[in-house]
Amino acid sequence: MMRALGLLLLLVAAPALADSRLPPDPYAYSQLSDPRQEAEAAALMQTLRCLVCQGQSIADSDAELAGDMRALVRRRIAAGERPEAIRAWLVDRYGNWVSYAPPVEPATWPLWGAPILLVLAGAWLARGRLRRRRR
Amino acid sequence: MRRFILWLPLLVFVAFFATVAFQLYAPSDHMIRSRLVGRPVPKFALPAAVAGKPGLDSASLAEGEPRIVNIFASWCIPCIAEAPQLIEIARRGVPIDAIAIRDTPADIADFLARNGDPYRRIALDKNSAVQLALGSSGVPETFIVDGKGIIRHQHIGDIRPEDVPEILRLYEAAR
Repeated sequence: MMRALGLLLLLVAAPALADSRLPPDPYAYSQLSDPRQEAEAAALMQTLRCLVCQGQSIADSDAELAGDMRALVRRRIAAGERPEAIRAWLVDRYGNWVSYAPPVEPATWPLWGAPILLVLAGAWLARGRLRRRRR
Repeated sequence: MRRFILWLPLLVFVAFFATVAFQLYAPSDHMIRSRLVGRPVPKFALPAAVAGKPGLDSASLAEGEPRIVNIFASWCIPCIAEAPQLIEIARRGVPIDAIAIRDTPADIADFLARNGDPYRRIALDKNSAVQLALGSSGVPETFIVDGKGIIRHQHIGDIRPEDVPEILRLYEAAR
């Protein structure tokens, strides 16, 4: 009896949605009319990180805040702002974390330097092997 | 030299494994703090969200008296949990302004009728524009702004009862 009641209660349970009831911003899901501007906006959106689903870009995310960030990007591009200026505006607020394009600075030197070091180390190892074969 | 090179791949693997294992076990921090703490509130002007209370703009946050700016929404569940703490903070005489994110006047009025109204001013931010300008990444968040309009503190998430003394202390420190 209690189990049946429990199941019945499950049926009437309403999910607690963490989303607003407002429709998405018009610019969240519709493109700019100028294809060149839209291409600029889309390229930028793919390199900006969503603040809610933190592993996705705002171009990929369906979170409401990502929609609002896409709207912000499109609106600013439409107003003539350069993509890098918009990125800088967001980095100014959220840190480099928000951008998928890491700048070259002391904290990211290992990131940029590691590939070069690895290629050099590989060349050095290969040189050793090649020399041995020739003998 | 040769013997050392033989061990090198293993050393690299151990270093890699240790890094990954450490990062897997370390508690992850998903909070994104605003870089605007210590800097002035960015320029904005938002309309009133409910009848009978004014909206909010950046100039009115620099009129001499420090304030708390609470970012909330009627659809936000932790905001319900934090409401009693905000009412307690307001009862101690701290002015609290609010920015309602992606909301409607009717829903906000309903939320305030249910959970109490600690706010002096409530502004409506329909597309999170001012939220993004403030470097906030969710609801609820609470900023302490000093009398000159400089952001002094950002509290991310709902204010729990145990957070109230710290918020009051930081508010006093912003005077």
